[in-house]
Amino acid sequence: MSALLRMVGVRKTYDTGAIQVEALRGVDLAVQQGDFVAIMGPSGSGKSTLMHILGCLDVPSAGTYELDGVDVSHMTEAELADVRNRRIGFVFQQFNLLPSMTALRNVELPLVYAGVPRAERRERAQEALRRVGLADRVDHRPGELSGGQQQRVSVARALVTDPALILADEPTGNLDSASTHDVLELFHELHDAGRTIVLITHEAEVAQEARRVVRITDGLLSEGAAVPS
Amino acid sequence: MSWSETFRTAVEALLGRRMRSLLTMLGILIGIAAVMLTVGLGEGARQQITAEINKLGSNLLIVMPGSLSNASLRSSSSVMTLTLDDADLIADPAVAPDVAGVAPVMGTRVSVQYGTDDWSSQATGTTTAWPEVRARNLIDGRFFTEVEQASAAQVVVLGPTTAGNLFSDTPAVGQEVVISGQTFLVVGVLESVGANSMTNDDDLVVLPITTVAQRLVPPSSARSLQAIYVAARDDAAISSAHQQITRAITVNHARTTADQDFSIMTFQALLSAMDTMTAVLTTLLAGLAAISLVVGGIGVMNIMLVSVTERVREIGLRKALGATPALIRRQFLVEAGILGLLGGALGVALGVLGAAILTPLLDLQVTVSLPATLLALTVSLGIGIGAGTYPAARAANLPPIDALRSE
Repeated sequence: MSALLRMVGVRKTYDTGAIQVEALRGVDLAVQQGDFVAIMGPSGSGKSTLMHILGCLDVPSAGTYELDGVDVSHMTEAELADVRNRRIGFVFQQFNLLPSMTALRNVELPLVYAGVPRAERRERAQEALRRVGLADRVDHRPGELSGGQQQRVSVARALVTDPALILADEPTGNLDSASTHDVLELFHELHDAGRTIVLITHEAEVAQEARRVVRITDGLLSEGAAVPS
Repeated sequence: MSWSETFRTAVEALLGRRMRSLLTMLGILIGIAAVMLTVGLGEGARQQITAEINKLGSNLLIVMPGSLSNASLRSSSSVMTLTLDDADLIADPAVAPDVAGVAPVMGTRVSVQYGTDDWSSQATGTTTAWPEVRARNLIDGRFFTEVEQASAAQVVVLGPTTAGNLFSDTPAVGQEVVISGQTFLVVGVLESVGANSMTNDDDLVVLPITTVAQRLVPPSSARSLQAIYVAARDDAAISSAHQQITRAITVNHARTTADQDFSIMTFQALLSAMDTMTAVLTTLLAGLAAISLVVGGIGVMNIMLVSVTERVREIGLRKALGATPALIRRQFLVEAGILGLLGGALGVALGVLGAAILTPLLDLQVTVSLPATLLALTVSLGIGIGAGTYPAARAANLPPIDALRSE
């Protein structure tokens, strides 16, 4: 297995005017192709900052980050948008579905920005929804779906571009235990199918599902067991 | 992302906020309608004035006694510097080849009586060339003849208003009226040209100039003319005719161009003066109306800013899914542009409707021209996009993480 993503000495400093906050203080991380990694840490640990940089939503202040063989540390906003579109599928805690659009059109959205023609878009979005078990819900709006179903729609949206990395930020944070189980089951299936998944969470039970757990504390990483010592 | 996809997204966003979109458009709508109506009114007034002046005769020149540049001379009503000699001179093709017809006019106020009816009118003593030069027709009877003119016959042609006031039931032609104590035979009645603000060409009595000179004016003014109406060969010959007349009369009066004792008015000059006046008035009114357009534009900007703030999460999500800043900017610009253009289109519709309602109401053709419509649409689109520029830039520059973080 080759490294799909590799971070070397990544630092992120926020300048809030009066004081400088070091959210990441030299992070080294490599994730192999096909791995299922959980990044665990309490709030304030730099977990969100790490997720933003992993997701190319932000760039590091220092250090390098290579994703899928491409150095993204110094890209412009437009270039980063393209990387996010082609290589990353996001699953958010808040689902982030557009309420006015049907499930199908929500799933289509990344393909719209990829410039995929309409007919192909439709077909691929339907396939992605079938993949997450929502073939019969394509024309429902988010408001007409349960929390678990909404999160499955957003997983379908993450899958539809066939990205190198699926990045899930607290994907079960807003779900009851049954839905949590469903969604985690879905991640297992995707992992078994060879997808690379990075899951960010503060819940040990969720982190345990992953094959590998990385802990983040005060902006530094340590490999370790899922259960806090 | 294709343009059609951008439009689809923009339309959906606007339809999702239907009431607000409509209210936003209202500002542009009212502004465009107001500008179109004021410009239409101005254009209509201009066309009406042009038509009326053309009706008076666009190839007409009026030679008047007194100098335009000499206020004291001009204001005096007793200027008697134009004579029949001048009229005869201008009528000579060797002197003024571009002149087609000459009608000298000698005038005075008179009282006209028929039976017990009494009507005060303007007596116009002139020659047989008058109907041709003034472009007047008769609805009844005939004009006086060369013979009658030569013999200073007591015949009269009535204006339609004059005839109507004296003869309510009976036809005027063949009747006799009394003017200044003398009896005249009515030989004809003129066709109406409509009264206008400048002169009343329908209330007058037209007589041979010889008759007026001998019978109606005091001997002291029997040779002085009120005006000489001159018809140029055609519209294009006006300025050459103007020069020929000026030269002839100046020489005849033994004057120089610096101290002319007469002046020549053409309707073309009047036309351009009126044109300038209506244009200034229209511009002024349209300018006032345009202020409401500016306010409408500010409305669009305001609502787009609100929209950006409300949709921070959506913008963040779209960016996370691969929308570049340029695409986000484009989407908001298209939304603002649609608001502007649609508001403008509705404004044009209201303008056309308003013109249709106002035209019979004001008895004035309110003109909504195609170029004005296209300009209005372009302007409203421009206002929308202009007003959308700043909100769109704000949306485009939102950092995706800030946008996603907002609750």
